[in-house]
Amino acid sequence: MIIYGLALLSFSYLVGQWIGELLGKLLGINSNVGGVGFAMLILMVLKEVFERKGWWKEDLILGIDFWNKMYIPVVIAMAASLNVKSAISSGNLAILVGIIPVFLGFAFFPVLLKSFKQ
Amino acid sequence: MEELLKVIDKNGLIVGFLCVGLLTLGSNFVSKKFFKSRIPGSAIAIFLGLVLGYLGGYFTGGNKGISDIEIFKGIGVLGGSMFRDFAIVATALGASYLLVKKSGLLGMISLLFGILIFFIAGVAIAFAWGFRDPISLCTIGAGACTYIVGPVTGAALGASSEVIALSIGAGLVKTIAVTIFTPIFAKKIGLDSPGSAMAFGGIMGTSSGVAAGLAATDPKLVPYGAVTATFYTGLGCLICPSLFFLILEMIFA
Repeated sequence: MIIYGLALLSFSYLVGQWIGELLGKLLGINSNVGGVGFAMLILMVLKEVFERKGWWKEDLILGIDFWNKMYIPVVIAMAASLNVKSAISSGNLAILVGIIPVFLGFAFFPVLLKSFKQ
Repeated sequence: MEELLKVIDKNGLIVGFLCVGLLTLGSNFVSKKFFKSRIPGSAIAIFLGLVLGYLGGYFTGGNKGISDIEIFKGIGVLGGSMFRDFAIVATALGASYLLVKKSGLLGMISLLFGILIFFIAGVAIAFAWGFRDPISLCTIGAGACTYIVGPVTGAALGASSEVIALSIGAGLVKTIAVTIFTPIFAKKIGLDSPGSAMAFGGIMGTSSGVAAGLAATDPKLVPYGAVTATFYTGLGCLICPSLFFLILEMIFA
């Protein structure tokens, strides 16, 4: 049943977000810490368990796979609802602070990969 | 016409599905016709999305891009944080738990480096611009991390509203820059495997930017980038207004 997959995804999502909120509160900050990351880990673990038990059926997968494949359209919608105007017009300093570190990040990235491989 | 507007008004999310579908169709057509598919359709669609976001802000003066235009409000629902996070979690379907575990340490190290690089660079640029007080410097440095870390830090430290607005602006520019430059630089910097995508998510941090940039690069890498990037904002909110601020205060006050 497709709804089983969707419910499994929803379960992982809600529990993950809950852990993120609790962790944020524990650390004393007003923010969700890694809720989505926890949710992803939970879903990955549940997938392993379900596979082992033989419950990982095609119908169930469809319920999750739909949202997996909806990911890019959601990102397109997200891009269209970002405050691009204010980002561009918030002044030269904001643009410099927004862009220069990104290039530093791109420059540093291969260094990190290399040093980690050794 | 009045009836149609009524239907559109009542069914915002469905209108959003249709709009994004049409935008994707057009982008795939442009990709095939003019770029011989060398630039993926999804990259063009995301870029066009940003253009629409700009136009929305330009015409309405609001802060939610195209979705501030009444008939397009459903795009804002579809692109809002609930569906974004839900779809990102669903991408875990294509990720392997073993690979994530294998690169977990690399991911954590890259998170720390990512926050350090962006914070220090942001503070340095603000310093060069003439800012000297530790509160403003810290808020702007935090804004260089993400557009959430900036205002959270600014609010915690009591920064002026101009500086907070600036930090949000910087974070938004970062998201857009990562979205646009990731597919361009991916090959050059060796971003081609699950492990490297996890490191990339940690370095860049902005989950929206990383997710959109990887989607335009190679959708298979999205879950790996997202699984680390999602910790970045929380970690940034944790150390920017505390540890990093104390260090700045020691230097500048």
